[in-house]
Amino acid sequence: MTAHVRRKTIIAFLGPAVAALVLVGIAPLLYAVWKSLHNFNLTKQAQSRFVWFDNYATVLTDPVFWQAMGRTATLFLISVPIQIALGLLIAIVLHRPGLTFFKTLTRLSLVLPMATTYAVVGLLAQVMLNQKYGVVNQMLGWIGIDPINFIGDPTNAFIAVIIWDIWQWTPFVALVLLAGLSTVPPEIEEAATLETKSQWLVLRYVQLPFLIPSLVAVLILRTADTLKLFDMPFTMTRGGPGSATEFIAVLIERVGNRQFDIGMASAQAIIMLAITIFLARLYIRFFYREVN
Amino acid sequence: MAAPVQRRALWAEGLLLLAIALFCIFPFYWMVTTSLKTQVVALESPPVWTFTPTLANYWEVLFEDKVGASLINSIIVAVCTTTLAVVLGTPAAYALARFEFRGKQDLWFWFITNRFVSPVVLAFPVFLISRELGLRDTHLALILMYLTFTLPIVIWICTDQFRSIPRELDEAALLEGASQWRIFRSICLPLAMPGVAVSSILSFIFSWNELLFAYILAPKAAKTAPAMAITFMEGYDVPYGKIMATSTLIVIPVLIFALIASKHLVRGLTMGAVK
Repeated sequence: MTAHVRRKTIIAFLGPAVAALVLVGIAPLLYAVWKSLHNFNLTKQAQSRFVWFDNYATVLTDPVFWQAMGRTATLFLISVPIQIALGLLIAIVLHRPGLTFFKTLTRLSLVLPMATTYAVVGLLAQVMLNQKYGVVNQMLGWIGIDPINFIGDPTNAFIAVIIWDIWQWTPFVALVLLAGLSTVPPEIEEAATLETKSQWLVLRYVQLPFLIPSLVAVLILRTADTLKLFDMPFTMTRGGPGSATEFIAVLIERVGNRQFDIGMASAQAIIMLAITIFLARLYIRFFYREVN
Repeated sequence: MAAPVQRRALWAEGLLLLAIALFCIFPFYWMVTTSLKTQVVALESPPVWTFTPTLANYWEVLFEDKVGASLINSIIVAVCTTTLAVVLGTPAAYALARFEFRGKQDLWFWFITNRFVSPVVLAFPVFLISRELGLRDTHLALILMYLTFTLPIVIWICTDQFRSIPRELDEAALLEGASQWRIFRSICLPLAMPGVAVSSILSFIFSWNELLFAYILAPKAAKTAPAMAITFMEGYDVPYGKIMATSTLIVIPVLIFALIASKHLVRGLTMGAVK
């Protein structure tokens, strides 16, 4: 069927894009690997030397690195289940027939948080969560809760990051799951609703199998994006107070950009990338086997 | 008996929808109203909900604090990288949709992995390289680096689009003696315009929002708007109104684009995993 296309033609069509991605994606990555094998600090460039895997050994035994990883994992383990639970609820409500106009409006408003510039989310968080002038504390006051020092207290700052992560990404999860729900054949769904009144049974035995691909997509992307998470905590707290919100990407930025230790930062970044790819493949293997 | 119950359920559902929408929109409402407050009003405790609005903050940030210049930088970078991604990406997408060749799957997988690479991995090597080449603090450095996410988006969405165009069109043109390039250029590309438009909007949004590359690679002359916005937090006296005015200026264009492409935003964020 397919036309016989000469090799030259294929190269002409694909070449420029591939060359561009090699230039901006692969070349810097290789350079990062090379630098990660060096003791390389911007302020002491003369002392730069090849040290084999010393940086990796240092990073892998560095409690600061693992604490940042632990923080990132904690954020993921708290906020993603909440995002999935709330997102599923929203998706189910939007999936029900009726109130079409209001549902369209709700869907449009769901699009806004995830498009918002992540840095602006951090700024908004600062303004809205301020202990004295913040509107969130005013609202908490209406239901009798004393003002909370969100930004200045380590635990509260962490909670603040979780809250804003949930605000920004629950809509995303909801819309992905909604797309998944729409793949359930309507006749099967109708037949099931006639059989039982329990929304839970329909969800568990009829809709869930169709939701697995969406859930896998959510898990993979939320994992990758949580590991990438930089803009929002950086803007809101600069990783502080202390290192309470120093997630892995924030830590790497600090080591490379504020301590100028590019060799070490590169080693950290490469390890993070390896973990990301490992997790993505694990999800695919684990969950897709369940479906098939 | 059934009717009142159903009506009550409908009310409950309506209220739930309203709550969801309010939860999403309220921060924007607060952002815009704060941007219209003077510093004195913004620092009222507890915060006030009614006040006399002023545009002074916008005036100040745009013309005194160089936010205007940074917005222009953002526009230049986002428009150029999007254009470049479309120019490079549409032929590649066409090839992936139409041609069979060895290693196609691997190429796909490689494109997908770009979605997982954190900018923090690439930022430092690129910082060193751009310093060597004299590209630090230029639009070009950002335009090129943003290709790491804009190009895959264009390729994904346009490949889908090209696949949906009937092959008979190509084959008919091929019999007429048209070259592959001509078929792509004159027949398929015009038909794929919806995909090109969607992927352009998404590329624009993602480039516009980017902070890490901008923060590390463009500290002064080429500084983009998000990088400019965060500098306001560095002083002792935090100018709330000005920060929110800058935020509003940054966010309004992406929100408009996001609403235009609302059906496709999720598709872009999941890189085609969800239709």
